[in-house]
Amino acid sequence: MLDDLRDLYQEVIFDHNRNPRNFRAMDDADRQIDGFNPLCGDRLTLFIKVNDGKIIDASFQGQGCAISTASASLMTDIIKGQTEEEAQELFELFHKMATGEPVEMDDLGKLAVLAGVCEYPARVKCATLPWHTLDALLKGSEEPVTTE
Amino acid sequence: MIETNSNSMTYDVEKIRSDFPVLNQQVHGKPLVYLDNAATSQKPQAVIDSLVHYYANDNANIHRGVHTLSERATLAYENARKTVQVFLNASSEKEIVFTRGATEAINLVANGVAEYISAGDEILITAMEHHSNIVPWQMLCEKTGAILKVAPIDEHGELLLEEFEALISKKTKFAALSHMSNALGTINPIKSLINLLHLSGVPVLIDGAQAIPHIPVDVQALGCEFYVFSGHKLYAPTGIGALYGQLEQLEKMVPYQGGGDMISMVTFDKTVYSKVPYKFEAGTPNIAGTIGLGAAIDYITQVGIDAIAAHENSLLEHAVEQSKSIKKLRIIGTAKNKGAILSFVLDGIHPHDIGTMMDHQGIAVRAGHHCAMPVMDFFGVPATARASFAMYNTHEEVDALMAGIENLIEMFG
Repeated sequence: MLDDLRDLYQEVIFDHNRNPRNFRAMDDADRQIDGFNPLCGDRLTLFIKVNDGKIIDASFQGQGCAISTASASLMTDIIKGQTEEEAQELFELFHKMATGEPVEMDDLGKLAVLAGVCEYPARVKCATLPWHTLDALLKGSEEPVTTE
Repeated sequence: MIETNSNSMTYDVEKIRSDFPVLNQQVHGKPLVYLDNAATSQKPQAVIDSLVHYYANDNANIHRGVHTLSERATLAYENARKTVQVFLNASSEKEIVFTRGATEAINLVANGVAEYISAGDEILITAMEHHSNIVPWQMLCEKTGAILKVAPIDEHGELLLEEFEALISKKTKFAALSHMSNALGTINPIKSLINLLHLSGVPVLIDGAQAIPHIPVDVQALGCEFYVFSGHKLYAPTGIGALYGQLEQLEKMVPYQGGGDMISMVTFDKTVYSKVPYKFEAGTPNIAGTIGLGAAIDYITQVGIDAIAAHENSLLEHAVEQSKSIKKLRIIGTAKNKGAILSFVLDGIHPHDIGTMMDHQGIAVRAGHHCAMPVMDFFGVPATARASFAMYNTHEEVDALMAGIENLIEMFG
């Protein structure tokens, strides 16, 4: 019945939703910021630790749907070890993918499991909320981010 | 249409469904099951026809032209006012003001009563209000220095009556209460609440946006000073609603907006406002929508609001009963007296995922905070999924809803 939803809800997404990686507060974070989707009430707090321009740790807390939780889980995993510039580039790339612009899927690695979201306009913001929050964090903002 | 009388009701839901063209379609290859009626209801052909007829035959501005089309448009517009008056059992059609919807009607009243609210006065609302019955009062408090008091609810989503009563004091200058909660379905005992408030001389606005399609309303029997509703939840077009206000209340309120159609004389020194209700209807109104609202009320009246209520209650009962077999499901809002709204959460599954997965099965439900964030906070959930029933829904659709929920639980694993 729901098989055709598998392009959106891949098993990896359920896995990250059930067991989100890096789902914890970070007491010694260098930077943290809140992200909020006022339309649906999803909210998260993103934490990063930076050393010499490199993201050495990333974590998040909050509540959201499977798409946003999996997206935050995958994101915090993938940006660990990246420079701030690399993470910023990945944000641009992810945003393009989620909004249906042509991108080289290989560049996205594991994040490609979220590619299906571009077919669901109502859910694009679920996937991009963690990334918009990261974008603001990298740009040095301390104001809470909203997707509106 | 439907034959009903007070004793023996023959409720022909299939006939009703055939009056709503939008229902006859497939979504994602499945028959549409529309259960988002608390957000907005679908429109019967009679309403659609009324709009087409107006634009195809009578379109003109009202209250000014002497030509035939303007007279026809004015007559149709004013007939709709009469229809609303009868529907609410208001004592005069002057007590009916057309607005864009319940939200604008509440803002209009908040603006009007600001004249007699001072710093330190209190405005009383309840914890189950829609944002539209919170924010205008917060704005009023900001402007006047008044204080917003919020009567609490219990874990069933019922108003705590003793606490409500305890909040009424000499300082209470106005109260705004929902008739029926959009997020929980709770129907408030508004008659008793109005009586309590009147013992202390407090005027009351009832937000009927959610109640009006489900509950017969008699504003004279209720005795409330104001009653507001939106047309679009009542099978009428969007962008039209109405404010009922007791004549003396409306007369002492300042206009909400200035402009054409609300004046009787304008010079650069002074303007004399029109009489009630026109002083609140500045500018060219939503004429077509108003006519559509009249057509919707005619349709509902033909089916019978009591028959509709009985049908919807039976759908809700069926849904509550069926939902008991789904272990992961928790109903949010279990008031004894509630309307046809099933707000629920599923253990471990976010409402947005529920919404998408239901949509894929052709089932339209709402997922979100339902413009009632304080209610969500109270129940400790970020959002709920909500199925809300209307006159055209069937018991089979309730079964489809439950099967759909079982399917998505299985998919989530």
